[in-house]
Amino acid sequence: MQATKKRKKYAVVFKDDCVACGCCAKVCPKSAITIASGIYAIVDDNKCIGCSKCATECPASVIEICEGCI
Amino acid sequence: MKKRWYDYLWIFSAVYLIIGFFNILFAWIGLLCFFIPLIISVAGGGKAYCNRYCGRGQLFSLLGGRFGLSRQKSPPKFLRRKWFRYAFLTFFFAMFFQMIWNTWLVFEGAQSLRQVVTLLWTFKLPWHWAYHGTSVSSWAVQFAFGFYGVMLTSTVLGIITMVTFKPRTWCVYCPMGTMTQLICKAKSGKIIKLRK
Repeated sequence: MQATKKRKKYAVVFKDDCVACGCCAKVCPKSAITIASGIYAIVDDNKCIGCSKCATECPASVIEICEGCI
Repeated sequence: MKKRWYDYLWIFSAVYLIIGFFNILFAWIGLLCFFIPLIISVAGGGKAYCNRYCGRGQLFSLLGGRFGLSRQKSPPKFLRRKWFRYAFLTFFFAMFFQMIWNTWLVFEGAQSLRQVVTLLWTFKLPWHWAYHGTSVSSWAVQFAFGFYGVMLTSTVLGIITMVTFKPRTWCVYCPMGTMTQLICKAKSGKIIKLRK
């Protein structure tokens, strides 16, 4: 189980610089991103499939795709 | 994904900009884009305006995304830093109040109506064709010219950064976005304090 979890890719948001514009939530095919009370984006690790659409879309470039970094 | 009614609000933004070329008085409608986001965030709706209803953001993502008018490059890091966003918000507000001041001067009769739209806080563009002389008092017309200038300036800045960087780069330093985020932060801080 650990091995599969390590290999999973998912999006990570640098909350400090997130502008909460919601572009990421809009493009997410899995609806895995929510804007927490208008302050920053939160990615649901269980739903995220690591497709990196949000990272490409993010105008502030504060989303990165992490591979096996738990 | 299913389109909702609010996914078409970019039409509102586009029509607003175009109509300003024909009748400046319609610039007053732009105040909606100013008050609605503030009301939503104060009322506890978070940044729902940015996330869903902002027609300008949609327009940029349409032009830059679907129409491919964007280089799709990451903007420089300073753009998303707090100091830059707060500084830009302050500067934007200073310019906004200067515009209000000009309106006030016209209202007081200390200054006559100037039919110009100031672009990027510097260039005074002749805009007399959009004013046909109405019964509306001259301060209201001056405000319309001023406010349209604010809207046009931010759109031009937004388009420049859309082309050079990513479609919605404007959202990173949008004064309204910064302001609503600040309201949300202040509100959540208050909630946490109350819980303690």
